[in-house]
Amino acid sequence: MEPQQGQGKPHLPPPSLWPIGFAIGVVCILVGLVVSWPAVAVGAGLTILFGFLWVRDVTAASRRRDLGTELAAGGAESATEAATAAPETGDRFPRSTFLEGATLGLGAVIGGIITVPIVGFAIAPVFQHTHHDEVDLGPITNFKEGEFVISTFLVNPSEGEITRRTAYIRNNGFILNKPSFTVLSNRCAHLGCPTQPNGPMFDNRKIEQKTAAGDVTLIPTLPAGGFGCPCHGGQYDQEGNRTAGPPVRALDRYEFYIRNGRLALGKTYSVAEVIGAGASARIKKYRLTGPGQHVDGPEQWFYPLQPPS
Amino acid sequence: MAGKRDRKEQMKATALYPLDWLEERSGLVGGVKYFLFRKVPGDTDWWHTLGSATLTAFLVQLGTGVILAMYYKPDPNSAYESVQHINNDVTFGWLIRGMHRWGASVFIILIFFHMARVFLFGAYKYPRELNWIVGVLLLPLALLEGFSGYLLPYDQTAYWATVVGININGTAPFLGPYLASFLRGGAEIGPETLSRFYSLHMLLLPGAIIGLITLHLYLVVRLGVSSPPWSKEAAGRGREEPPPDRGSGLVKPSPRGVTRRPD
Repeated sequence: MEPQQGQGKPHLPPPSLWPIGFAIGVVCILVGLVVSWPAVAVGAGLTILFGFLWVRDVTAASRRRDLGTELAAGGAESATEAATAAPETGDRFPRSTFLEGATLGLGAVIGGIITVPIVGFAIAPVFQHTHHDEVDLGPITNFKEGEFVISTFLVNPSEGEITRRTAYIRNNGFILNKPSFTVLSNRCAHLGCPTQPNGPMFDNRKIEQKTAAGDVTLIPTLPAGGFGCPCHGGQYDQEGNRTAGPPVRALDRYEFYIRNGRLALGKTYSVAEVIGAGASARIKKYRLTGPGQHVDGPEQWFYPLQPPS
Repeated sequence: MAGKRDRKEQMKATALYPLDWLEERSGLVGGVKYFLFRKVPGDTDWWHTLGSATLTAFLVQLGTGVILAMYYKPDPNSAYESVQHINNDVTFGWLIRGMHRWGASVFIILIFFHMARVFLFGAYKYPRELNWIVGVLLLPLALLEGFSGYLLPYDQTAYWATVVGININGTAPFLGPYLASFLRGGAEIGPETLSRFYSLHMLLLPGAIIGLITLHLYLVVRLGVSSPPWSKEAAGRGREEPPPDRGSGLVKPSPRGVTRRPD
């Protein structure tokens, strides 16, 4: 009976455990590339150290055999034996071994030189900041005090309609002689669908104007029931606080500026919660994160790193 | 009479000459013959055709996809119009797009049927574990094909479904935000997102799927088709044929039931 594969052959343990440390070092480098340069240095150190130990472990057997062959060659009679036995191990052909290693090594270097820029080209947008100019929404006199207006505008007019965004804007009147606005993004904090006002929209009082932000439209609305998302039923009140459904935080908001009596929108930021209302609201403000991601509480530790926005 | 037969033989040889020419220089004819006429267990049945059906569905997707790519424009301003153009103006465009659109669902459904067959028949067991692993790698690639293809018509459903899909990816712990940013091609969905999905959909993912299917088929041919669990010739009841020698298989078939090694 012929022995079957895998039978009668003891399973040998892997020759070395250092590859684990090596892998940890590589992971450290990759994480460090995102987090900080010192981590890269630590990772590189670990990689080199464990790589050396790994190579030493793997080559230990063959180095011992070299030593053994030399000792055997010392005996007069065993010299011929060693000479006939040695070619099987391949140790007698260090040049071919060198050439093999050189071919593989050079191939790896060439492959790396080609691969790194290609992969970099594909993932570069992840690490690039996108700059938006301020969005001009026209004179603030178009915003009646205490009334929500659905405003649509282009964040990046050069890229066209695909950058059209919507914000709910409410003029809160003056506080300490400075105009105050509530500017909510319509992007649902659950998974990014567009929310809708729960109440009538007054299309007959629609204002269309052309500004630097393309065709800006303002439609007054009365969101008596706050805002709701059609996708999965998330509900928000008039301050953007979540009242029901799956969203994990309040609606995002835009920074706003008054430029020569015109309302301009700046960056978007994320909001955990709004306490109070209107001009006197206290806003728990965080940097912009994707929908569905917690910005506060223990869940925020799931998202320690954010790509630049 | 004899002359007629000779003439017939001669004509046959002339007709087959191109095949002989090819066989002598590449061995392809023998390879194809080996692939088509290899032995399978006597009690294979219709359940064993699900894998071929999945392959056929994939080939249909390849063919129709190539044709659709001739008319489709991966640009936010013209993607929707180009799909409408394919549907309404191009001759048989509605048919090709319909086949691609419905064929996508057929492909995914057949994959799951095929997987269920392999699982319930225990066909993933020794020595076919690696083929199961290759299949498990093929599954998410096929699902990603569905996800990336869904955006391409660029209507409201497609756009918002992709927004939601990308944001679901974004909520994965730790690297989720980067994954979402990679899929979008930046911080926001924009013109790059569509071309990115288009490239993934018609170049990267099909390439990977073709490569893995090749490996999948190679393993099927090398390891042979498993018997159904109710088979009388099921493995484990005194195997008469040891597994073939190392080095035999696709290239060097070993006759069934014959052991090569004399020791």
